[in-house]
Amino acid sequence: MTTVAALPGVLSLGLARGGTELREFFRQKENVVFTFSLPAVIMLLLGSVYVTEPIHGQMFAASMIGAGIISTSFVGLGISVAADREDGTLKRLRTTPMPLASYFIGKAIMVLVASLAEVALLLGVAILRFDVEVPTDPAKWLTFTWVFLLGVVSCSLLGMVVSSIARSTRSAPAVLNLPYIILQFISGVFITISALPGSLQTAGAIFPLRWVCQGFRSVFAFSDEYALQEVAGSWELGKAALILGVWSVVGLVLVTRTFRWHNERR
Amino acid sequence: MKAYENHQAVDGVDLDVARGEVFAVLGPNGAGKTTTVEILEGHRVRDGGEVHVLGQDPGKAPRTWRSRIGVVLQTANDAAELTVAESVRHYAKYYADPRDPDEVVDLVGLTDKAKARVRTLSGGQRRRLDVALGIIGRPELVFLDEPTTGFDPEARRQFWALIRELADEGTTILLTTHYLDEAEALADRVAVLAKGKIVAEGTPQTLGGRAHADARIRWADPNGPRELFTSEPTKVVAELARHGELAGLTVTRPSLEDVYLELIA
Repeated sequence: MTTVAALPGVLSLGLARGGTELREFFRQKENVVFTFSLPAVIMLLLGSVYVTEPIHGQMFAASMIGAGIISTSFVGLGISVAADREDGTLKRLRTTPMPLASYFIGKAIMVLVASLAEVALLLGVAILRFDVEVPTDPAKWLTFTWVFLLGVVSCSLLGMVVSSIARSTRSAPAVLNLPYIILQFISGVFITISALPGSLQTAGAIFPLRWVCQGFRSVFAFSDEYALQEVAGSWELGKAALILGVWSVVGLVLVTRTFRWHNERR
Repeated sequence: MKAYENHQAVDGVDLDVARGEVFAVLGPNGAGKTTTVEILEGHRVRDGGEVHVLGQDPGKAPRTWRSRIGVVLQTANDAAELTVAESVRHYAKYYADPRDPDEVVDLVGLTDKAKARVRTLSGGQRRRLDVALGIIGRPELVFLDEPTTGFDPEARRQFWALIRELADEGTTILLTTHYLDEAEALADRVAVLAKGKIVAEGTPQTLGGRAHADARIRWADPNGPRELFTSEPTKVVAELARHGELAGLTVTRPSLEDVYLELIA
């Protein structure tokens, strides 16, 4: 018997993988309850200290939304790929004619949907608890969209790279969470950047989170006058786009270099 | 299929498996069974030698080749949150001409569990799901690496029936096992792998000169149990029987286990 019929295309298989990924993601109750809602819990706790006037709420919500999508992309995807390596998902997929590109498309769909859901959750909390106002200017939403996409893409790729360093699923959360927490400290999420020593400011400026948060602050600020409160005195959106873009390219190159199907050394 | 490879774990494995055959690779733990199979599946890089599986080198084979083989994994706990039916249906999408997912679930005896989450399955049920996922793409060749490890006797019998059904449909099956009864029950031919080398190859009935080995005759007389080895058991028993009925008479050839233990020693 020879295979006459053509194998399914990369994209349609990617969509099928995405559906399955989402189904598994939202069925993991512990994951949804604890990991997914963690940024919202932190927002509630820290917000009750930080938010003393409306503009604080706007700025803090923007930064927390930045931190939230890094949680779903960098940490969430990193853990999920490490788990796929550990539980045999990747091993089994490799025995099938599924192309690796379809696997990545499936992961991309999962991360995008999870990140959008995270944004919705954080926005909901921000509006209900801190009376945050949502921008009405379409230009602001355009900024929001590109910052969101570049942030999710670059951090997803970096999460996959870091997950290759983790030896097992058990170590993956620790390996991914440490850089994530450090980044939140030095990127203006927990503490305003101007309060940080110069060396930490410089370190934060290298990584994506700082630029995602700054981009989102430009969206949620009542007016562009608040840009003066940023370290550079402006939103630096061009620089943000450039740095996030560079990280996306670097991440893509590193993923293709470091991706492993399995944990064993061969 | 022909395989020959040199690997740290495997050195000097020369195998030919014909289409439609059930071929078992026997060997103790650490003999190189899994290494051999993974090279044949294209999942492990060999250091040398020549391998052809369905006419292609597994190390360089394209997607279309992958769609013609089925692999039943030894250890996997994936897709825990999917149901059995969802999982089989999803894997069916990878192939050009898959089997009907419901029929496959039925074939492996999981119809009652079709709507159960995969994580709730017992070890034996989980392995049957692994078989379902391995055969959903209508493969010409199926790899089964120690498929019944940890099964209870009833589950093993059911599993064997399933493998026979696949073989009857003309699927070529390459099986590794350390259970001799399994090889004897299923395989047309077996090869014994020890320390990375093939030490014997043949049908389960003739392996290691088993068919021609001396027979062992055991009986009991008033002085106690007696035993002798002979190449002419019929003649010997006839002579012994002249004195009357022999208590506890048995005539046996070496079992596959006897031959196997001799080979891997």
